[in-house]
Amino acid sequence: MKEKTNLPVGEEAIRLKGWWRAHRFLLLRRLSQGFFLLLFLLGPWFGLWWVAGTLAGSRTFGLLPLTDPLVLAQSLAAGHWPELTALIGAAIVVMAYLLIGGRVYCSWVCPINPVTDAAHWLHVRLGLQKGWQPKRHTRLWLLGTVLAVSALTGSIAWEAINPITMLQRGLVFGMGFAWALVALVFLFDLLVSRRGWCGHLCPVGAFYGLLGTHSLLRVSAAGRAACDDCMDCFAVCPENQVIAPALRGKDGETPLILSPDCTNCGRCVDVCSVDVFAFTHRFDSHIDAPSSPPERSRHSAA
Amino acid sequence: MPAAMPLSPQRRRFLMDTARMAGGCALAGGALAWLARDARALPADALRPPGALPEAEFLGACIRCGLCVRDCPYDTLTLAELGADGPATGTPFFTARDVPCEMCDDIPCVVACPTGALDPGLRDIDEARMGTAVLVDQENCLNFLGLRCDVCYRVCPVIDEAITLELSHNDRSGHHAIFAPTVHAEHCTGCGKCEKSCVLPEAAIKVLPMRLARGAPAEHYRKGWEEMEEKGGPLVEGVIDLPDRLPGPGTDNLAAPGGFEPSFTLPASPVPGAGE
Ligand code: SF4
Ligand code: SF4
Ligand code: SF4
Ligand code: SF4
Repeated sequence: MKEKTNLPVGEEAIRLKGWWRAHRFLLLRRLSQGFFLLLFLLGPWFGLWWVAGTLAGSRTFGLLPLTDPLVLAQSLAAGHWPELTALIGAAIVVMAYLLIGGRVYCSWVCPINPVTDAAHWLHVRLGLQKGWQPKRHTRLWLLGTVLAVSALTGSIAWEAINPITMLQRGLVFGMGFAWALVALVFLFDLLVSRRGWCGHLCPVGAFYGLLGTHSLLRVSAAGRAACDDCMDCFAVCPENQVIAPALRGKDGETPLILSPDCTNCGRCVDVCSVDVFAFTHRFDSHIDAPSSPPERSRHSAA
Repeated sequence: MPAAMPLSPQRRRFLMDTARMAGGCALAGGALAWLARDARALPADALRPPGALPEAEFLGACIRCGLCVRDCPYDTLTLAELGADGPATGTPFFTARDVPCEMCDDIPCVVACPTGALDPGLRDIDEARMGTAVLVDQENCLNFLGLRCDVCYRVCPVIDEAITLELSHNDRSGHHAIFAPTVHAEHCTGCGKCEKSCVLPEAAIKVLPMRLARGAPAEHYRKGWEEMEEKGGPLVEGVIDLPDRLPGPGTDNLAAPGGFEPSFTLPASPVPGAGE
C-alpha cells in the first residue's frame, strides 16, 4: 500500500486537476438529475407543458411517448397487452439505454440516486460500518420476484412500493406519505447497509443493468499503466467490484469496464489524479503506453 | 447420483446460498403480493375515469403515469397519494361530491391514456359506466318529502333517461304528487353530477361502484311475461297456474284456492286492498 492510499479520497485529484475538473461528472450528473425532474415540474409549476406525466409514462411536446420498460414488463406479466403508444414509448427507452448503458438511468436520471448518495456521504462522514451486505445479484432475484408477483396477482406489483416512482410522482403530483418510503431507503443505506439499496437490492437498477449488458458507451481504464494505487476510484465507485478487472487486467485483457453493474457515473474519471479512466465506446480497447507515472497521459472522450 | 457421494463444499455452499436467496425472495414476494392485492380495495366513493377497465384488470394495466389527470380539462381526476387516498397509489380516481366528471364529448382522459387502462374503444361518453347513481336516502330527499327540488334530475347530462321523475300520490298532504327522482342504471354513466349537486349537506343521491349499486339476475332466470311476449306462449308447456297469494286477510289458499274467500266469510267491514 502506497502512502497516497491514506490521503483523503480525491484530494490528490483536486490538487492536480483543480476542484471543478475533479468533480466534473458528479456535477454534470446532479445537473442531469435536476434537469429530468425539472422537465416534469415545468408544467405544474410554470404551466409549461413540454413534458407531461411521470417517469412511468410521459408525453413530450404532445408527441413523443416514453414508457418505463420495467413497468410495462410487469403489466405484460400481469396479463395486459398495452396499447401501441405505451409499447412505442417503451421501445424508445429500451433503444436509448441499450446504447448508452442501462444503468445510466441509475446515475443520471433516477431521483432516488441523490438520496442514496447523500446517505452514503453521511455514512462515510460518520465512519459507520459496512453493515449487512447481501450478494450483488440479490437484486436480480428481486427482479424475478417482482415479475412473478405481478403475474400471480395480475397487478403491476412493484408500483405498490417503488420508491423511485413514488418520489417522482410525489414531487410532480402530490406526495402523500411517499416521503416515508424515501426516508426508509435513506435510513437503510445509512444505518443498515452501505450502498445497500442501489447496490444490492433495487430491482429497477437490476433491470436497467440487464438492458445495458451490451451497451456502447463504456468507461475504459485505458491509462491503467499510470495507476499509482491510490485506491480513490474504488472508494468512490458505487459498484466498485467492476473496476478491478479493467484496472488490474493483465496485458492483453481489456481495459474496458464491461460489467453491466457499472452505472456510467464517471466518478472514477473525476477522482483519478492521473486520469486513468475515460468514457469511450465498447470497441475501443486500446491501452495507453506506459509512461513515467507522474506524467499524465491524456485521452478523453465524452 | 449415487446416494453416498458427499456434496463438494462449493456445491454445498452454492445450494445453501440459492436456497437462502429463494427463501428470502419468497418472503419478500409474499409481502409484496399482500400489498399489491391490498391495493384492490377501492373505496366506495372513489370512481375510476371513463372507460376504466374492471378494477382487477385496471391494476394490471394502468402504469400510473397521470396523463389522464393532466388532460382532464375540469381537474376532475387526481392520482391517489400513498396513505392519503384509498385507491392503489398512483392510480387515477375522482370523488363525485368533490369534482364530478363533466362527460367531455371528446373524452380527453381516454385519448391520453397510453396503455389502454382506459379503454380506447369508448367513443361515446354516454356509454361510460363509472358507477351508478342510487337515491340512497328517500327519507331525506326533498322530492320524496313532497317538495320540488329536482336538482339532481335537472343537472343530469342524460336527463330523462338516466334520471326520471316518477309521479305518485302524496299520502301526507293528500292532494299533491311526489316527484321521485328515479335512476335508470341502463342509461346512467356514473358521472356524479347528481351527487355533486344534491342540495342536502350530505347527498341523498350517490354514485356507487357497480358492485355496490347493483344486483344481478341469475343466469337461468327467465321473465315469464317477456317469454310470453316473444314466443306467444309460455316457455314450458303444461305448467300449472299456481294460486296467487295476496297480502291481507281473505287469501287463505286452502280455504279458497286461487282467489279470495267469498266476502261473506270475511270479518266485518273495511277490507283494505280488496278492490285490486
Ligand atoms: S370525460 Fe372529461 S371531465 Fe370526465 S374525467 Fe374525462 S376528461 Fe375529465
Ligand atoms: S393515462 Fe391511463 S395509464 Fe396513465 S394514469 Fe391514467 S389510466 Fe393510468
Ligand atoms: S351519475 Fe347522476 S347525473 Fe350522472 S348520468 Fe347518472 S344519474 Fe345522471
Ligand atoms: S338533489 Fe338531492 S334532495 Fe334534491 S331531489 Fe335530488 S336527491 Fe333529492
